[in-house]
Amino acid sequence: MKNEWPLWEVFIRGQHGMSHRHVGSLHAPDAEMAIKNARDVYTRRNEGVSIWVVEANHISASSPSDKGPLYEPSESKVYRHPTFYDIPDEVGAM
Amino acid sequence: MTATMTRDEALFQGLVRLGDNTLIIGHRVSEWCGHSPVLEEDIALANIALDMIGQTQLWLGLAGEVEGEGRDADKLAFHRDAWDFRNLLLCEMPNGDFGQTMMRQFLFDAWHSIYLGRLLKSSDARVAAIAEKASKEVAYHLERSADTVVALGDGTAESHARMQAALDYLYPYVGEMFLSDDVDAVLAEAGIAPDPASLREEYDALVGRVLDKATLSVPENRYAQKGGRTGTMHTEHLGHLLAQMQWLQRAYPDARW
Repeated sequence: MKNEWPLWEVFIRGQHGMSHRHVGSLHAPDAEMAIKNARDVYTRRNEGVSIWVVEANHISASSPSDKGPLYEPSESKVYRHPTFYDIPDEVGAM
Repeated sequence: MTATMTRDEALFQGLVRLGDNTLIIGHRVSEWCGHSPVLEEDIALANIALDMIGQTQLWLGLAGEVEGEGRDADKLAFHRDAWDFRNLLLCEMPNGDFGQTMMRQFLFDAWHSIYLGRLLKSSDARVAAIAEKASKEVAYHLERSADTVVALGDGTAESHARMQAALDYLYPYVGEMFLSDDVDAVLAEAGIAPDPASLREEYDALVGRVLDKATLSVPENRYAQKGGRTGTMHTEHLGHLLAQMQWLQRAYPDARW
């Protein structure tokens, strides 16, 4: 019998209009308790207005050993950055 | 208690009862800090203990103000002896195992949430304001302790047996919550606080619902251990708790951070 509670990844939205951000992980027996634990572990200093939790084993992740083929090809493609445009002053800060 | 008790004398007693409840159960819960079964529960219990101590500062702070003899919350918390404490006996009961702590918390939270709900409509604006802040914290405490009681009660054979044992052990301390005396009569008459006896039905319904879900049986016997909120007689556990909680202020009076 497995005694350890499953691992949950915790995402917190700091304010309305922002996106949820990964803040860490914790153990809990179910989703409801995971949210309660997240409230107690990650929002005690007023960090959040919304919590998402997802069981860690439901997250599919890219493999670190694939980082060559996955990410290196984009290193030589500076033209994909939108830094070659003259931005009119009237536009203001982007 | 005499029938000639003034409004402020009764209010002082009522506030000390509220502040002592949260102080003593808050200290009990804080004893888990660093000892909980899992990290997540450790932090959650510490948060609850801190909420309780925060509420204590407000209740005892107001009590000192009402008394008008220069005692502040710290003075009341650390410089009174066991016989001057007015908390429910339930609050001073030992932690036992984690299940017993959560059962004690649930039995208290259920009463606390109902009582604070009534205080929201207190004729005393200061009381209503503290209740407003505290009731949000306590709504969460109740949700958490109720969920845990259900999870453990309706869990494994061992967790079920432990929760039933905890309920059987603590249930005799529930009745004290609903015993009314002269202090309550004055407070109820003035519209400051509810008559405790009037809360029993709502409490039984709430607790019954959760314990039912937890597959636990409420003991038939309604015998009530009493003496905490009147100060007539505390259990032997309170003295030990105070020895630990108060020793620093007693050894080094008025020591500050």
